[in-house]
Amino acid sequence: MDFFLWLLKRLLALVPTFFGITLISFFVMHLAPGEPMSIQADFNPKMTPEMRQRLRAQYGLDKPLYVQYGRWLNGLIHLDLGRSFSPDRRKVWDKIRERLPVTILINVLSMILILVVAIPLGVRAAVRQNSLFDQVTTVLVFIAYAAPAFWVALLLMLLFGIKLDLLPISGLHSLMGYDSMTTFQRVLDWSKHLVLPVFVSAIGGLAGFSRYTRSSMLEVLRQDYITTARAKGLSERKVIYRHALRNALLPLITILGLSVPGLIGGSVIFESIFAIPGVGQLMWSSVMARDYPVLMGNLVIVSVLTLLGNLLADIGYAAVDPRVRTGIQEGD
Amino acid sequence: MKGGSIEGKRRSIGAFCQNPLAIIGLLIVLALALIAIFAPLIAPYDPQAIDTFHILEAPSLLHPCGTDSLGRDCLSRLIYGARISLLVGFVAVGIATVVGTFLGALAGFYGGFVDGLIMRFVDIMLCFPAIFLIMAVIAFLEPSIWNIMIVIGLTGWMGVARLVRAEFLSLRKRDFVLAAKISGASDFDILFSEILPNAIAPILVSATLGIGGAILTESALSFLGIGVQPPTPSWGNMLTEGKNNLEIAWWLSVFPGLAILITVLGYNLLGEGLRDFLDPRKD
Repeated sequence: MDFFLWLLKRLLALVPTFFGITLISFFVMHLAPGEPMSIQADFNPKMTPEMRQRLRAQYGLDKPLYVQYGRWLNGLIHLDLGRSFSPDRRKVWDKIRERLPVTILINVLSMILILVVAIPLGVRAAVRQNSLFDQVTTVLVFIAYAAPAFWVALLLMLLFGIKLDLLPISGLHSLMGYDSMTTFQRVLDWSKHLVLPVFVSAIGGLAGFSRYTRSSMLEVLRQDYITTARAKGLSERKVIYRHALRNALLPLITILGLSVPGLIGGSVIFESIFAIPGVGQLMWSSVMARDYPVLMGNLVIVSVLTLLGNLLADIGYAAVDPRVRTGIQEGD
Repeated sequence: MKGGSIEGKRRSIGAFCQNPLAIIGLLIVLALALIAIFAPLIAPYDPQAIDTFHILEAPSLLHPCGTDSLGRDCLSRLIYGARISLLVGFVAVGIATVVGTFLGALAGFYGGFVDGLIMRFVDIMLCFPAIFLIMAVIAFLEPSIWNIMIVIGLTGWMGVARLVRAEFLSLRKRDFVLAAKISGASDFDILFSEILPNAIAPILVSATLGIGGAILTESALSFLGIGVQPPTPSWGNMLTEGKNNLEIAWWLSVFPGLAILITVLGYNLLGEGLRDFLDPRKD
């Protein structure tokens, strides 16, 4: 029972945060000078002041800001993100929905890559502290932190895409011959296209996570229960992977949750570089067109994903921390 | 760089000098500052000078980093780009540090409702990808170097605020604060003349590390075309040119990125070195 109460509390705490995000985004966006009309009008010499006024009224831009926000919020409560300002006037949710899977796929894949590579690296570096391996990874981590990810993307495109001609450098699948491919060939084609974007979006996380794993492991390895485990005569392997690592991973769960906004934020850049039709690209084009509804819709989706990520991290933490677990048992 | 050697380290210039990575960082930072200040003396060419007879030339003795699609000398543009990067880094971090310190100090000192309000605001700001907000704001304002510095600063103060709050929380009950209160000092004096000087070390470390982050953000924005606008040379917008000529001119993609890498590396190494040096508790 305690667990559910705790969960309920956490969920309720998300609500004001969520509305705070929408409030700030909405006002920042609308208070900034310029509006969608001026862009459309600039390209249309026949636009008269009256027509402009009519368009403004049609989009609801003639109302005071708090009325606009109220309307938008009312729509949101009814799970309606409104319609795009672009000439196609499509529903915002439809626009986002068709692009969301690609972005999530790439982010999940890079998250997996980060965990699979960074944790063993960090453990090894901690176990052999000050060894050559430790020093080399430390230097690599510093370089990975300092290298702009989009530049690494350019270098990899240059190397693997152009010089070696091994990997495609743009889009999600080949344009020519894709229709005549078998399912297996299509999967292969997709995979080849995803290698560089996934790797590039994982670089920052790889550096961060191997670093966190290392310092967390170093912390744990100093504890008395590790000495006890060793004194019992357990093999070093068991001491490290069963006793130390499990405890060292605890703080990493929280960091994993916190890294969600960074990953999604990176999508804007990677999707632009690799020409991937995901949410990041939609975000980018809606910024350029000052398409408020699409922009707000994107921010809502991203902040919901972020809040969910944080919540999942908290739940994960509660689930693996014996103190919380025993707390639940007592409550039952 | 961390580990055995720091056991028994003392707060002395000697201790700092024993950390080779921190020294490398310091040297990089100093060298870059000199390059930025004396750019007109060092740069072999005018960074804006267009030379249509030498377009997209590979690196040579005349042009060590090659030329771009307008025949401008890349090395000269890189040297002038250092000015932009450092300016953006320093001003943006300055704004973030001032805002973060002020809000963090209020939250930590007063606690209660003020603390709750400010920290909730911090949570909200941390919750969406900063780049989304930056993009939204920058795209609506005229993209100019000043707007970029302000926006990067205003989206990067949360870390400092948390840090300063924690410091103030632990310091506000100390005797010297009590003494200042009894002697009738105003809250403002206590906050900024009594407590703040004791919290300078972690603020300095976080500001140093923040400069690297701000330079990275500026380069990403300029790369996307919503940062520093051409023809003003910035490492980020030079990389845009690199991307557009990726297949024919590798040097346009390699050197500006290298410049960013070295600069950010320098500030990060210096920041980490300062952290070890100023705060021996942390390992």
